Amino acid sequence: MGNKQTVFTHEQLEEYQDNPFRQRIAQVFSQDGDGHMTLENFLDMFSVMSEMAPRDLKAYYAFKIYDFNNDDYICAWDLEQTVTRLTRGELSAEEVTLVCEKVLDEADSDHDGRLSLEDFQNMILRAPDFLSTFHIRI
Amino acid sequence: MAQPAALVLEVPEAAGDADLELSPCEESDVHDSFHRLIQEQSLRVAEEGLELLPRGAAGRGRQTLPRPAGAPVHSSATLRVLASMPSRTIGRSRGAIISQYYNRTVRLRRRRNSRPLLGNVVRSARPSLRLYDLELDHTVMEEDEKRSLLVKELQGLSMAQRDHMIRNMPLSLGEKRWLREKSWSPKGKQQGQKGRGGTFSCSRLRYSCILALHSLGLVLLSGLYAARPWRYALKQIGGQFGSSVLSYFLFLKTLLAFNALMLLPLLAFLVGVQAAFPPDPSGLVPTFSGLELLTGRGCFTHTVMYYGYYSNTTLSQSCASPRETGQDSLPYNMPLAYLFTVGAAFFITCITLVYSMSHSFGESYRVGSTKGIHALTVFCSWDYKVTQKRASRVQQDSICTQLKELLAEWQLRERPQSACGQLWQAAMLGLGWLLCLGTTMGCAAAVLTFSEVMIQRPDADGQGVELLALPLVVSVLNLGASYLFRGLATLERHDSPVLEVYMAICRSLILKMAVLGVLCYHWLGRRVAKLQAPCWEDFVGQELYRFLVVDFIFTLLDSLFGELVWRLISEKKLKRQKPEFDIARNVLDLIYGQTLTWLGVLFSPLLPAVQMLRLLLLFYVKKASLMANCQAPRRPWLASHMSTVFLTLLCFPSFLGAAVFLCYAVWQVKPSSTCGPFRTLNTMYEAGTVWVHRLERAGSGASWLPWLHHFLVENTFFLFLVSALLLAVIYLNIQVVKAQRKVICLLKEQIRNEGEDKVFLINKLHSVYEAGERRRRQDLFTQPWLALGSEIFLPSTGIKGTCHQARPSLSPTFFNSD
Repeated sequence: MGNKQTVFTHEQLEEYQDNPFRQRIAQVFSQDGDGHMTLENFLDMFSVMSEMAPRDLKAYYAFKIYDFNNDDYICAWDLEQTVTRLTRGELSAEEVTLVCEKVLDEADSDHDGRLSLEDFQNMILRAPDFLSTFHIRI
Repeated sequence: MAQPAALVLEVPEAAGDADLELSPCEESDVHDSFHRLIQEQSLRVAEEGLELLPRGAAGRGRQTLPRPAGAPVHSSATLRVLASMPSRTIGRSRGAIISQYYNRTVRLRRRRNSRPLLGNVVRSARPSLRLYDLELDHTVMEEDEKRSLLVKELQGLSMAQRDHMIRNMPLSLGEKRWLREKSWSPKGKQQGQKGRGGTFSCSRLRYSCILALHSLGLVLLSGLYAARPWRYALKQIGGQFGSSVLSYFLFLKTLLAFNALMLLPLLAFLVGVQAAFPPDPSGLVPTFSGLELLTGRGCFTHTVMYYGYYSNTTLSQSCASPRETGQDSLPYNMPLAYLFTVGAAFFITCITLVYSMSHSFGESYRVGSTKGIHALTVFCSWDYKVTQKRASRVQQDSICTQLKELLAEWQLRERPQSACGQLWQAAMLGLGWLLCLGTTMGCAAAVLTFSEVMIQRPDADGQGVELLALPLVVSVLNLGASYLFRGLATLERHDSPVLEVYMAICRSLILKMAVLGVLCYHWLGRRVAKLQAPCWEDFVGQELYRFLVVDFIFTLLDSLFGELVWRLISEKKLKRQKPEFDIARNVLDLIYGQTLTWLGVLFSPLLPAVQMLRLLLLFYVKKASLMANCQAPRRPWLASHMSTVFLTLLCFPSFLGAAVFLCYAVWQVKPSSTCGPFRTLNTMYEAGTVWVHRLERAGSGASWLPWLHHFLVENTFFLFLVSALLLAVIYLNIQVVKAQRKVICLLKEQIRNEGEDKVFLINKLHSVYEAGERRRRQDLFTQPWLALGSEIFLPSTGIKGTCHQARPSLSPTFFNSD
């Protein structure tokens, strides 16, 4: 974890768990989608988030993580959720709406008002940073 | 519209879904979790059509979502059909993933084996609705069947392609392992084995050997991965400060690797050999006093560290004293070895640098990567490496700031600035640049005059601390100027923070290169003229050593005062946050140090070792200072773009300058006549030409070498040809990129059209179902006796009951009516 201890106090554990998407990650990689992971799921998660995982695989799982309502599309509501969690609620409501509109303008290629997996993958292709940010070091 | 007749729509009769809500508002209710769908897929064998089991536990903790406003109301039959669209099931069920990858593998194999006929080529690259078989087909494949088909296809691919394909599949690790095992059986097993007992055991042996080698390779790879230096430290830094600060430390590691690469041939062919055949000691050797570590003189002078120690004769192994004409076993021509080894070290470094630069460029730049910045910020800027709460708060703040800045920039573009404001900004920019260039020229002039003063002094090559004066002055000027530039950058407020960073880097770089240029002129131009009697190469080597050491001391002091003291002051007195870690300045310091090393390799072959020691110490000092005193930069930092920029800066001004310096020193400058391997020659390069002429005169079997030398190196036509070819290749690449951009535009247009097609089809489907329902309702109310024999259902409960009766007539009428 970053420490050489083996027993952590509650405060220390709190220190290490501030990823705003931690619940989504658990849900996506878990067997039933309810956040409880078996060992296989755990291994899957670290395999996808490792350095050697190919870009398409990471894009696929990132899409799942950002798809909050699990409908295989990232709609405006999903985007709002993402932006709110990213900024810890510090943007005003109209700023959030504006950002979501601009994101849909830029990434939605078939103009159906939401992002499909292909749109997301196309957009990820343009982001060279993605491989290094969607990565957990073990 | 295309071929509708291929679709056979069956409105499904769901026997058991009494709970199926009609209201199409909650589209999410139609879908289910992974586990459910996989179970459904396997249960679906005996049933025709699509059957969706209702969602069981209502209390899942997930809220039902409001539909996006303005979306059309679809009937539940439409929704069921939509739910089985490939674009939806691909993401969800394992069966769909497997069949999708089966299709991809087939296409890959076919593409490899033969060119597709032009008539069959699909005009769109995106999988269109028209290409997919709907899963509603009567011949629905079992998952096992699909899996075995996929395995068969995978066996037809090569090893690398197979691994690549399996790695890309979004399946669980257990399934991937199964697929890999199954697809590894040799092809010999597939074909008949009657009367092939011997070959079968041979192929089995070969197969098990390959398997063993492969697993050994994997074990070694994972061992190598675990044994990387500083793995834990880098993880800690990445966790606390993010990818941007980590890029500095990764760059430091890269530089360490480059220095190690350069040191290896030098150690093997120069230092080792000369240390085995030490020349006769000339004069008495001074004792070690602490000053050597700073000045590089004293007892370091006549050692293998500097150029002057190396002999200019051919070393031989037979007796203790080297002879002039080495006819004995293993003669080692030291001058030639020196020239070639330094040349080879530079050449290897050049190749490695250019390769890593182009690789990094390929990774980080994309066609059209400047557009879509909002989407990229939202989806790609959260760094999952960050684990600490404080650090992730900082990250959230920085993303918030970045989004606000992007919005402000967009609003500014919507409402452009007044002419007055633009003029003012341009004036400030011009003034800033003027000031920076003036400072640069002032610093360069100061260094020049100071170096002239140092030369004119009577005891120009003294032993004491006065030798450190020039390095000290240069370091002080560098530090002062960089602080000045930083202050200037805060004064002229830029709209785009990335531009600010680039400008800061440019300015510092120009200053450093100007100062180094002046110093090179001073060494090769003036010092050579002044110091003919003693060894001027030794002196230049020592000067560079001194520069490295003084620069290191100044970096330490800067970390101490710039970061530690500033943090104490800002926390206690100014009550502000910790200072930020200035990545650009630190990276430029690293590049500066590396340039000094490359400049000095010719005159001091052990200088890369000194640089490696410096980098090791710097890593630990910087890490300690970072952990204690700094925080991550608040401005967003494009980490991978920046690494490419750093490598490019390392290659172009830094390495190129050092290479030009080396070429000039080898080709044009007369080596000193009392020391070093080139004492008797006019230029260092002459050692090579003398050898080639000797080969020519000897007329031995290696006569192609002088011929090659004559026609390739001395003939200018060859160089012109090579340059022309290079230009042609660059032009072709530019044209290819332009064409790719055009293709991307066309494909985007096509995707938009497909999207419109899809919306049209969905609406059509919905209207068809609506029309059918209306007709059925009319039929029911006008002719109730049709419902005899089956249960009568009210229309409000849905399609279930009516389907039973009216199904045979429904399907054809749907499509013929339109």
